[in-house]
Amino acid sequence: MWQDQLRGIYYIALKDMKTYYLKPPAISWGMVFPLAWTLAFYLRSPGDFAELVPGLLAMTILFSTTAAEAVVINFELRLGTLERLLLAPVSITSVLLGKVLGGFLFGLLMTAIVAAASILYLGLQPDIIGLALIAVPSLMVFSSMGALFSVSVKEVFEAQTLLNLPRFFMVFLCGVVYPVSALPEGLQLLARLLPLTYTVQGLQASFFAGRDSMLLQNLLVLLVFLILFLLPAIKLLHRRFE
Amino acid sequence: MVRTFIQDYLNALATFKIAFIHIRGLEVMAIAEIHMHKNPAILTENLTKRYGDLLAVDHISFQVNEGEIFGFLGPNGSGKTSTIRMLVGLSQPEEGRASILGYRLPAEITQAKRYVGVVLDASNLYDELSALDNLLFMARLYGVPRDEQKSRAYQLLKDFGLYERKDDRFGTFSRGMKRALTIAAALIHEPRLLFLDEPTTGLDAAAARSLRGLISRLREKGLTIFLTTHYLEEADLLCDRIAILVRGKIVKIDTPAGLKRLVQTQSLIEFSFARDVSALTGDLRRRLGGAEAAFLDESRVRIYGGDPPQIFDAVFQFSRDNGIGIEAASTIRPSLEDAFLRITGLSTVVMGTEKGGGKGKGGRQ
Ligand SMILES: Nc1ncnc2c1ncn2[C@@H]1O[C@H](COP(=O)(O)OP(=O)(O)O)[C@@H](O)[C@H]1O
Ligand SMILES: [Mg+2]
Repeated sequence: MWQDQLRGIYYIALKDMKTYYLKPPAISWGMVFPLAWTLAFYLRSPGDFAELVPGLLAMTILFSTTAAEAVVINFELRLGTLERLLLAPVSITSVLLGKVLGGFLFGLLMTAIVAAASILYLGLQPDIIGLALIAVPSLMVFSSMGALFSVSVKEVFEAQTLLNLPRFFMVFLCGVVYPVSALPEGLQLLARLLPLTYTVQGLQASFFAGRDSMLLQNLLVLLVFLILFLLPAIKLLHRRFE
Repeated sequence: MVRTFIQDYLNALATFKIAFIHIRGLEVMAIAEIHMHKNPAILTENLTKRYGDLLAVDHISFQVNEGEIFGFLGPNGSGKTSTIRMLVGLSQPEEGRASILGYRLPAEITQAKRYVGVVLDASNLYDELSALDNLLFMARLYGVPRDEQKSRAYQLLKDFGLYERKDDRFGTFSRGMKRALTIAAALIHEPRLLFLDEPTTGLDAAAARSLRGLISRLREKGLTIFLTTHYLEEADLLCDRIAILVRGKIVKIDTPAGLKRLVQTQSLIEFSFARDVSALTGDLRRRLGGAEAAFLDESRVRIYGGDPPQIFDAVFQFSRDNGIGIEAASTIRPSLEDAFLRITGLSTVVMGTEKGGGKGKGGRQ
C-alpha cells in the first residue's frame, strides 16, 4: 500500500517537472527573478558581493519553490486533472506531497545552479554539508508554503498575488539584503517569526562560520515551519473533496 | 448488512470446520453461492448526498452485476455525477452504504481503485503531454509493470484509433479524440469495473457512434460498465439494465425491454393542439379519468392507457370547451421514450433542452 503512495508521489513530482516547471511562468518567477536580483546586487557592489551570496541563495530557494507550487495545484484543480490523480490508488496526502516534492526538485535545480555559479565564480569555500543541511529543508519549507497558499485560494493568479506579500516581507526583513540586526527592534521580532530568517542565518553559518550549533538550531526551526505549512495544506486539500 | 453478516458468519463456521452441521437451510446455501460466484460489482444501500439543503442523491439503492452494462438515465441535475463521485471516492455520502467489487466504501476505496477505471464528465488528461505520455503516466501511477507499460499503451492507442496521433499533445485533440483517449487512459491498468459519466455528451453524431461501438466491445471483453447518460437511445442501445433517476431518486430499474413492455400493452395516443395548453393541463387531466397524460411540450401531449374512444371524446370536448383546435391526433407505437415519460412524468424535452445548459457543470469541488 505504502509502495503505491511512494510511487504516486514520485511520478506526480516527475510529471510536474515535465509539464509545468519548464514553462514560462515558473521559469520567470523561479529562475529569472532571483538571477536578475543577483545581477543587480553584483553590479551595485561587486566588492562585497560574496557576503550577499547566502541571502541570494535564500531568495532563489524562496522564489523557485513558491512560484512552482502556486501554479501546479490550482491549475490541476481547475482542469480536473487533480481529480484524475485521485482516481488512481493515490491518496490526497500523497498528491499534495508529490506536488511539494516537485516544487522542491525544481527549487533544488535552480538553487544548485545559482549556488554552483556563485561559488565557482567567487571562489568561495562553504561547508557543503552544512549548506545542504539548510538548503534542503528550506526548499521543503517554502515548497510547502507555496502549496498552502495555493490550496487556500481558487485561482492560479490569486495564489501568485497572495504570495507576493510574504515574499516581499521576507526579502526585506529576513536578512537577504540588510542584516536582521540592523532592523528596528519591532521588525527584528517580526523577522524571528519568518522562516526565511533561519534559512539566511543557516546559509551564512555554512558559508562563513563553518558548521556550528547555529546551524543545527536553524535546521530545527525550519523543520517546525515545515510541519506548520505542510499539515494545514494537506488538511485544506482534503476539505476540497468532502 | 445482513448479507455481510451472514458471510462473516459462514467464514467463521468454515474455519472451525463445523459448517456441515449448520448449513442446511437452502436459503443460506443460496446466499453463500451468490457470494462465492457472483459478487455484485456495485452494491449501494440508501446512498445519499446533500449539498447544503439540496438533496442531490436521495437514498438510492441498487446493484450492478459483474459483466453487465448498467445505465443511469436521467436529465441534467438528477444526481448522476454526484452518485459516481461517491462511488469512486471523490466525495463522501452523508448517509447510506456502498461497496464496489466487494470493497466497502469509504474504508477500502484505495484497494478498490486498482480494479476500477473512471471517466468523469470532462476529459481530464494533461494538455501538455502527448497521447502516449498521458497513457504512460497513468500506467506508472497505477503501478503497471514496467515491461507492459508501453505495449498496453500502444494497444489501447490502436484500439481507439489514435495510434497515428500518439506523439501529438492531448491539447491539440478534437473533443471526440479527447474523450476516446480519456477512456483509453482509464483502461490502462486493466480494470474490472469502468465508470463512464456521460461518455458521448458534447460529441458529434459520428464520434458518439464510434464511441458507442467501443463501449459495446469493452463489454464483450467481460468488463462491467456503469454509465450515465441523458440520451434515451444511448441507454436503450448499450445498457443491459437501466435505472431511471429523477431529482436524486431512482424511480425504476429494469431492462430496456422491460421498460418498453410497461407501455406496450397500453394504447398510446398523441394530440397536437393549435396553441399552448400548459395552463390547462389540470383541466385536461381531470377529463381523462384513469388515463395518464404526459406533455411533450406546451402543445403536445401523449395519453397512456384508458379506452381510446373515451379519450378521443374527452379531448375533443376539452378542445371545444376551451376553444383550442386540434391539429393532429395519432396512435403511436411505444418506445423507450414513452416508458420514460410514463415513469417519470418528465417530458423528454427536459432532457433535450438541458443538455447544453449551464447548470451542473463547474462550481464542483
Ligand atoms: N459541488 C456541488 N455543490 C453544490 N451543488 C452541487 C454540486 N455538485 C452538484 N450539485 C447539484 O446537485 C444536483 C445534481 O447534480 P449532478 O450530480 O451533477 O447531476 P447530473 O450529473 O445528473 O447532471 C444538481 O442540482 C447540481 O446543481
Ligand atoms: Mg453529470
